[in-house]
Amino acid sequence: MLQTHEISPEQIETEKLYQGMGLSDSEFEMVKTILGRLPNFTETGIFSVMWSEHCSYKTSKPLLKKFPTKAPHVLQGPGEGAGIIDIGDNQAVVFKIESHNHPSAVEPYQGAATGVGGIIRDVFSMGARPIALMNSLRFGNLTTDRVKYLFSEVVNGIAGYGNCVGVPTVGGEVQFDDSYEDNPLVNAMCIGLINHDDIQNGIAAGIGNTVIYAGAPTGRDGIHGATFASDDLADDAAKDRPAVQVGDPFMEKLLIEACLEVIHSDALVGMQDMGAAGLTSSASEMASKAGTGMHMNLDLVPQREENMSAYELMLSESQERMLLVVKKGREQEIIEVFERYGLSAVAVGHVIEEKVFRITQNGEVKAEIPVDALAEEAPVYHLPSQEAKYYQEFQKIGNKLLKVANYGGVLKQLLQQPTIASKEWVYDQYDSMVQTNTVTGPGSDAAVVRIKGTNKSLAITTDCNSRYIYLDPETGGKIAVAEAARNIVCSGARPLGLTDGLNFGNPTNPEVFWQMEKSVEGMSAACLALGTPVISGNVSLYNQSKGKAIFPTPIVGMVGLHESTDHITPSFFQEAGDLVYMIGETRPEFGGSELQNVLEGRYQGKAPAIDLEVEAKRQNQLLHAIQQGLVNSAHDLAEGGLGVALAESLFADSLLGADIQVAGDATVELFSETQSRFLVSVKVEQQEAFEKVVEDAIAIGVVTADGKLTIRNKDDIILSEEVEELVNLWKGAIPCLLK
Amino acid sequence: MRKVTVFITLKQGVLDPQGKQIQESLNALGYKEIQEARVGKYIELQVEDGPNLEARVREMCDKLLANPVIEDYHVDMGEAVHS
Amino acid sequence: MKFAVIVFPGSNCDHDMYHAVKEILGEEVDLVWYQNSNLENYDGILLPGGFSYGDYLRSGAVAATSDVMNQVKVHATKGKPVLGVCNGFQILTEAGLLPGALMRNKKLSFMCHQEELLVENNETMFTSGYGKGEIVRFPIAHGEGNYYCDPETLSSLKANNQILFTYQNNPNGSVENIAGIINKEGNVLGMMPHPERAVEALLGSNDGLKLFQSIVKNWRESYYVTNA
Repeated sequence: MLQTHEISPEQIETEKLYQGMGLSDSEFEMVKTILGRLPNFTETGIFSVMWSEHCSYKTSKPLLKKFPTKAPHVLQGPGEGAGIIDIGDNQAVVFKIESHNHPSAVEPYQGAATGVGGIIRDVFSMGARPIALMNSLRFGNLTTDRVKYLFSEVVNGIAGYGNCVGVPTVGGEVQFDDSYEDNPLVNAMCIGLINHDDIQNGIAAGIGNTVIYAGAPTGRDGIHGATFASDDLADDAAKDRPAVQVGDPFMEKLLIEACLEVIHSDALVGMQDMGAAGLTSSASEMASKAGTGMHMNLDLVPQREENMSAYELMLSESQERMLLVVKKGREQEIIEVFERYGLSAVAVGHVIEEKVFRITQNGEVKAEIPVDALAEEAPVYHLPSQEAKYYQEFQKIGNKLLKVANYGGVLKQLLQQPTIASKEWVYDQYDSMVQTNTVTGPGSDAAVVRIKGTNKSLAITTDCNSRYIYLDPETGGKIAVAEAARNIVCSGARPLGLTDGLNFGNPTNPEVFWQMEKSVEGMSAACLALGTPVISGNVSLYNQSKGKAIFPTPIVGMVGLHESTDHITPSFFQEAGDLVYMIGETRPEFGGSELQNVLEGRYQGKAPAIDLEVEAKRQNQLLHAIQQGLVNSAHDLAEGGLGVALAESLFADSLLGADIQVAGDATVELFSETQSRFLVSVKVEQQEAFEKVVEDAIAIGVVTADGKLTIRNKDDIILSEEVEELVNLWKGAIPCLLK
Repeated sequence: MRKVTVFITLKQGVLDPQGKQIQESLNALGYKEIQEARVGKYIELQVEDGPNLEARVREMCDKLLANPVIEDYHVDMGEAVHS
Repeated sequence: MKFAVIVFPGSNCDHDMYHAVKEILGEEVDLVWYQNSNLENYDGILLPGGFSYGDYLRSGAVAATSDVMNQVKVHATKGKPVLGVCNGFQILTEAGLLPGALMRNKKLSFMCHQEELLVENNETMFTSGYGKGEIVRFPIAHGEGNYYCDPETLSSLKANNQILFTYQNNPNGSVENIAGIINKEGNVLGMMPHPERAVEALLGSNDGLKLFQSIVKNWRESYYVTNA
């Protein structure tokens, strides 16, 4: 237990104890100015979590302002629990991505599980029914026992939580690279569905209204988790274990049902989940947004352990807790809903006029802080940025040509690279079908979830090729957004908007800050070009171990809409005899490619170039072709280029094959990772109509019934492989690496 | 008051995949002497003393704590603590 | 025909079952919360999948002790249909309405995908719409679906034709590939695969619809016989 009662405000100042809690000297001075006195121990703790990067975005805020966030269909942009986009018929889609990287590095099962729990709460606290989960994971290469352990336990944790809570995990992505060896990335995205009239905000309005605490009692879990998530991971991270929270998905399931019932009551004023920084952030943010204050009596807060101090209660990150503001006099009807689900809900305070956040315990005032000081007036830093040296060198190297002799052998090697290999081992552990809406589950470009009672469906994807971003943050940032949109378009949907999960190293390193700045600029440009505003997001910094930053990894979670389920398009070839097209031309671009990784064991040179106008044009034309029923399958070209995309298009049905003709340098044609390209199959009778709609389509062959992938260059067969063998290698790679 | 402990184990002959995994992992770590591992549950009950306590605890096991189709149990009644 | 979908704390396939019966099958159905419920006016009872009570202690164990299960037993002794899917199957075995137990999957992990099942017995109120030996595709989604029973129980299951569905490629280690069994009387079915997830071609399979249709058809026939 923390010995809080002995530490005096003077001691905190003279012994600089605030530093250990995460406040800098200048921040401590700001606190003194705001309060007009020295903060006590509890107050120092409250400021340190609220001003942590995790809660305040103090270093990323100037960058986040660059994102385009507005569009006519955006009902709620960044700032609330999650963003909201109108999808017509009085319905809207709610979504957000959030990271749980540091907790997962220390205790992977619980770190990942509580990450899932937290993002689900963000969505249902808006009043939305969570309908799908995605996750985007990064690990080191599967060569050490530790990485294998992290990988399997993270997957286990996501499964353990998501399956129990009854929200399908419909897709996601996993990539492997040495830069994530000690610092895995665990980003979870939740998508919810809501009726416009049910949208509710986390506000503490109405002086005298009652503050209700609902859900699990508070224990000493995750004290200082928010500042922990904003610190370098030390080598002895295992010692930080008490800072990891433990999740209870059963409790969460009950909370979802109770909260979604409560939103229909006009007694409810506002609701917010207790995430990072627990009671402190939920209470102060709700008051700040409403322009009110709040008084909370900690003696009334349900407690799991004895003798908890005000500091511990305010900073605990115990999971599955919600804070509600309810009209005065109508508490009982809300409390009864929770009790019916076996949950406790108690009044712990009320909304006050004075814009302060006042905490009492045992009749003593334990903290008294102006509300806006915590949420609105957190310091903002404009950190220095400097173009990375490595980048300048990579630009000089330019596009180096690669050459392979045995195309089939290389293709097999690529298919077994863990980043490309089948992730069936992962997603088979997730319930991807509960709620019976999943039309396309994990393993495709985008997941597709139909909307019951309508003829519409949603396409969802997460994407981020961090190798390109490492080589060239601006270009890579553009590619991340463009590729996510490509995935959505391939499924037949129109991209609506995105949530960003920004994962970077230590921002006080000017080269890291430059990576952040440039990738955000690149992403913003692509958002504008493709009409996909950023509606929510999360920032995770200090992702590094042993002084080395991770590859910059701004993950894009994108959602699109099928106006009709007839537009849903598979990524696999469907029928023998169909014509195969590639949309877009291929240039020699191997920087950051999987082939470069296989041949050279590193990434260097220039990232592939991208022209956003061309990208937008091709996406629009392909989408039109799909909507007119001219396309049988569509798949985007990504890691491993055309060769890998062709193989993947055959993996749903090993009886099909393809006979493909490539012209020019076969290594370039098959394995270059030139952007803005698609692999499409079209019925013969649609040939003319399709070619009319899609300008840049190049006919490259036909789907066959021989179960073989055959590739010709002029008159030579340069690759001929049994699809079944390719499938087995592709499916077997990850289980084999885990043995 | 007394602390009663209930140990629940899988019946002999019932396959225990978790135990098998533990055995294999221990063998792989070099503990070749491990011939078998079986996983069970350990439940602590803080119980008010009263008549027929042991019989009542056994009844609890039969009714809820153990599944007689696949599990055996063993009860340790502990010692009464006078408070 | 009027169905009740029993909802326990932690049930999560309750709405799926409801949707399948109401929207696809087109029959009357209510979601019935496990407390203060009265099952007398229902013709069929559906125990949905999920994680009742978080699967704590053993999956299905806590729900099996609830009062509503006593009512389900009464319902079952009247010969009315009871279908337990996934967690519902676990609850039925824990409650003693079906023999055996569901243990952890052989590979230890949760698994979710389509499985091919063989219809072993089509002479029941649940399977009369299928052909004998018909292969159907249902999704599975479970971590504890490894059916176990002792050899005597197994022989009696076989002798009484109580094995309704078997896996073509046993995913979880179940004895004799068992995926679903009925009681001796033939009116209580427990199965790990999810028929309610297989009622719409858009979602990958509609092979489960015939199961629900069989229940309704047989109930109507017996209803008209007993009330003629």
